[in-house]
Amino acid sequence: MNSQSQFYLHTRIPSTFYLWWSHFKKNKLALVALVVFVLFALTAIFANIIAPHDPTAQFTEFVHLPPSWYDAGQTQFVFGTDYIGRDLFSRLVLGARLSLSLALVVVLLSSSIGIFLGVITSFSNFWLDALIMRIMDFILAIPSLILAVVIVAVIGPGLPNAIYAVALVLIPHFVLTTRTAIRQEKNKEYVTAMILDGASLPRLFFTTILPNILPPIVIQLTFAFSTAILEIATLGFLGLGAQPPFPEWGTILSESYNNFMFASWTVTIPGLAIFFTLLSINLVGDGLRDAMEIEKK
Amino acid sequence: MQRPIFLKHLQFWKLTTYFALTALILSCSKSFDSNVRDNVLVYCSEASPQSFNPQLVTSGSTFDASSRQVYNRLVEFTPGTSDIEAGLATSWQISKDSKVYTFNLRRNVSFHSTSQFTPTRYFNADDVLFSFQRQWLANHPYHNVSTLGFRYFDSMGFNELLHKIVKVNDYQVRFELNYPDSAFLATLAMDFTSILSSEYAENLILSSSRELIDTQPVGTGPFQLTRYQADAFIRYKAHPLYWKGKESIERLVFAITPDPSLRFARLIAGECDVMAKPLPIHIKTLKNYPELKTLTQQGSNVAYLAMNTQKKPFDDKRVRQALNFAIKKETLVKIVYGDTAVTAKNPIPPNMWSYNSATIESKYSPEKAKQLLSEAGYSNGFEMDLWAMPVQRSYNPNAIKMAELIQQDLSKVGIKAKIISYEFGTYLEKVKLGEHQTALLGWIGDNGDPSNFFSSILSCAATRTGNNASFWCNAEFDRLIRKAAINSDKDTRSALYKNAQLVFNQEKPWVPIAHSKQSILTNQRVKNFTLAPTDGVFFSGVSLVSSLSPDLEGNKAINENDNKENNN
Amino acid sequence: MFYSISKQGINFLASFFVLTLFTFALANFFPEKLAFLYANQIDQSLMANHGTNYDLVEPNLFNSYLFYLQQLFDGNLGISSVRGTSVFSEFFTYFPATLELSIVALLFAIFLGVPLGILAARHKNQWQDKSVVSSTLIGYSMPIFWWAMLLVLFFSLWLGVSPVASRIGFEYDISPVTGFMLVDTLLSDQPYSLEAFKSALHHIVLPSVVLGTVPLAIITRSTRSSMISILNEDYIISAKARGLSPVTVLWKHALRNAALPLLTIIGLQVSTLITGSLITESIFAWPGAGKWLLEAVYRRDFPVIHGAILAIASFVILTHFILDLLMTYLDPKLRRKK
Repeated sequence: MNSQSQFYLHTRIPSTFYLWWSHFKKNKLALVALVVFVLFALTAIFANIIAPHDPTAQFTEFVHLPPSWYDAGQTQFVFGTDYIGRDLFSRLVLGARLSLSLALVVVLLSSSIGIFLGVITSFSNFWLDALIMRIMDFILAIPSLILAVVIVAVIGPGLPNAIYAVALVLIPHFVLTTRTAIRQEKNKEYVTAMILDGASLPRLFFTTILPNILPPIVIQLTFAFSTAILEIATLGFLGLGAQPPFPEWGTILSESYNNFMFASWTVTIPGLAIFFTLLSINLVGDGLRDAMEIEKK
Repeated sequence: MQRPIFLKHLQFWKLTTYFALTALILSCSKSFDSNVRDNVLVYCSEASPQSFNPQLVTSGSTFDASSRQVYNRLVEFTPGTSDIEAGLATSWQISKDSKVYTFNLRRNVSFHSTSQFTPTRYFNADDVLFSFQRQWLANHPYHNVSTLGFRYFDSMGFNELLHKIVKVNDYQVRFELNYPDSAFLATLAMDFTSILSSEYAENLILSSSRELIDTQPVGTGPFQLTRYQADAFIRYKAHPLYWKGKESIERLVFAITPDPSLRFARLIAGECDVMAKPLPIHIKTLKNYPELKTLTQQGSNVAYLAMNTQKKPFDDKRVRQALNFAIKKETLVKIVYGDTAVTAKNPIPPNMWSYNSATIESKYSPEKAKQLLSEAGYSNGFEMDLWAMPVQRSYNPNAIKMAELIQQDLSKVGIKAKIISYEFGTYLEKVKLGEHQTALLGWIGDNGDPSNFFSSILSCAATRTGNNASFWCNAEFDRLIRKAAINSDKDTRSALYKNAQLVFNQEKPWVPIAHSKQSILTNQRVKNFTLAPTDGVFFSGVSLVSSLSPDLEGNKAINENDNKENNN
Repeated sequence: MFYSISKQGINFLASFFVLTLFTFALANFFPEKLAFLYANQIDQSLMANHGTNYDLVEPNLFNSYLFYLQQLFDGNLGISSVRGTSVFSEFFTYFPATLELSIVALLFAIFLGVPLGILAARHKNQWQDKSVVSSTLIGYSMPIFWWAMLLVLFFSLWLGVSPVASRIGFEYDISPVTGFMLVDTLLSDQPYSLEAFKSALHHIVLPSVVLGTVPLAIITRSTRSSMISILNEDYIISAKARGLSPVTVLWKHALRNAALPLLTIIGLQVSTLITGSLITESIFAWPGAGKWLLEAVYRRDFPVIHGAILAIASFVILTHFILDLLMTYLDPKLRRKK
């Protein structure tokens, strides 16, 4: 791409995506994962329509009903019911909405701050750069979950606080990715050419550099998305994230934990939901990475 | 140096791999051929003790770890009952006006000998004096050693009750009271009146490490503490000079396992022998595990929803009555307790004397509740906070679950309840300060006397200590229970308490929810274990059946003092 | 070399400085602020005069920070507000358990991950490679709290081949010397010390598999990718051309050169392991620092929360620093750089 003349840069951008896609779709596993992920996303969007019951409604006559494929199960409760007779399927469906949208918020929050800081550090003087990087190094040095747990401990458990904590933990990854990518591109000839042409800093960044640093950032985004889902679920599991009766996946798991020897479906099914969501995102991310690497060569 | 040294010899990697594999295989072979486990009883307990001094706290798990294994009291409850028998006092005389109690103390009772302390004398009157005066006298050198305070001593009203404690001679002590207290003897069998060693206390002053008295206990009890790691385990060994004779269990281990499902898993796996506080679901599935036994008895407890009568809208009696009608206790008993409880209508459990079976229970009726609410001016309902503790208690296996069910019931009469929970210690503190509107709580009677319920959690005095979580102070009710407390005739007291229950039933400061059975699970190794009605766990007198074959039975089990080689 | 060492030294000190600033700020969010630090220092009368709020004694934030630093260097982390024991000594009771578990988990990840990575690299794009790569993704996507539950359900409760929880059978009374159960059991003079060692080993298998799963996935993938790039290097091709056996080429030539980048990746697992230990320890009732911190969070025991994060983060920073030094020492390119 570097050998390309700058005059074609604008028309090349959409076709880059096309090329990524053409490489991506050759990877069958990643394609399947993408379909699975889209299904999860659709479930989350249309959760209200899909869920047969109110996720907090208690059917006290049906406590710990096994899933419908068991003899004792009932078709109106596909995945069975939990310890106070709530429909597990409805809870999971609404949980999908909750988990995915929360993760999205976290990613948007951390990526916008992270990329912004990354840009600042790459274009700023030594001291500011050093200061920001020291702080980022420090955040990276503290194990992420421990940092999140401590933040939640100090400002109090609950969903909003958990979101801030997880977002904060993810920021340094975006800063580092952006900074490394910009540093690599900054001294290349096409950038120098733009500077010599007198491009302003924003223009230089948005039209010249950004398209070229997109691949690592996109990969980082998928990574952050799966991390966010996992960390929010983990905080929920530890009782520090979403509070009951919120149907957050991690919270559902922690509520069912006490009964996992007797009503194992209340543990296995929510766990599978988290697992397949993460797996599909990671497979898509992996496929993207491969596709972009092939394209880069 | 050109290459990392550790890579120069690839043999190293291979060897380590072999080692790791061998270790793995070795560890998976279950050939534990020794008999170390034979004289060790492992008890899966539900919480870390807050202290090893029963004077300082009110929690049952602390008593289980301290007073019930390490200490003795002047009088004791006969195991499995609320009857009083001789403990460190062999006999006692009560004066005619019931205000002077004289105790004759047991001779030749040895205290534990630990790495810190070797007793030079037997138990005597000084130890009794020390144990009470530490809690009683503000200028006692040990009074302020702990910041925890002496809650039980204070809440039992001992500061007002005690007039004088006199050492008549080394083996006789006289308690003089300000007024008669019909439950005094039973109270002396309670955990906070455990007898500590005054000689140990004096030694600790000399080595200026007074705080050790609460963390490294020295008592006269059947077991002595050897090692403790918070949130992990407590280890005891049998007191070799125990006055009742050395226990047959050589060593006792508390495996601290707050998570009930993990406790149960450990019991099934044989990692523990006795499991505290099983969930109802564990008892239900017990038929799948023939190696386990369950011990169940009707407990002496009550679970209730306290409504803060100092706060709107619960200052209105009709609202309190409405809540009583709105909550379907039968469902709670079925789902939360798995039918291991009975619904409650009075503050005391039905197996306690003076229980008034004539009071009228508020049967579930959302219509009546709605009607009462609209009479009180809340026809559109209201919003309220519903506090639930995060931990399992013997009177309530899962308060959060209960709160979620109550939330649903209340929404049917237009009341929007928001569930709030804090860490248990914080929860109790906040309730004491009256920050709640409604809170799920419970009470376990400690001495088999109804006054332990009425005075402790429903009296006007208890509104000041905060134990009365409804902050309900009713003149008539208070008059009745005060009169009953100082009377010594059981029938008169019973009549007074029955009347008090009528007042309670009219005013409804609580929604009484359930009286739970209490259970404990053990495996077949454990013999002679009995449940105490106070929910306490006592390992004195318990024995273990050896898993050895008969021909090896003669072999002595290994203990720390044995230098004999193990035969494996 | 001196230059790069001093640069790393400065980085280390700077990170530590930021850490103390952070924990200091954190402590100022606590309800009792810095009071927990002087609980055993300043006498009762001062406490009585000024209350328990350090701000009243020392209103200047900068002096307050200096005081804070001084306490840290004296090893004073205050006393637990729930248990009244020294936080500093509590940390050293609990941390070895975490360290032991993490080391075993890391060994598990390395001894399984490196061969798997090599296998995948040697058979790039064949079925072996594909299955290894997909399993790493599975491992990487596994919520470990769920994974732990499944393993306990299967191995401990159904098959009964593994203990449910804790570090060692309760029948063994092992006095802590090093804090590492596997070592302490062998050092113990109890007659059953060997048997206790076996029990400790038996207990550590399941938790370390759970904890090692994510590092295993990462190490496998890194080994694979660095081996692939190295196997394409000229010197490997020439070694092969010279007729060396594939095993020799792989182990002597390729792996040695892959070792350094791998060491960096392994160093980065310290963070992952500590994060994972929080969950693993709470599920397996493993009395380590992660569980200690979590219990403190539930009890709102702020001195312990403060001490735990400070100590754990210092440990991670220190490990990274030592690993950096080690890398400088081992890497000829870095070593020669002036």
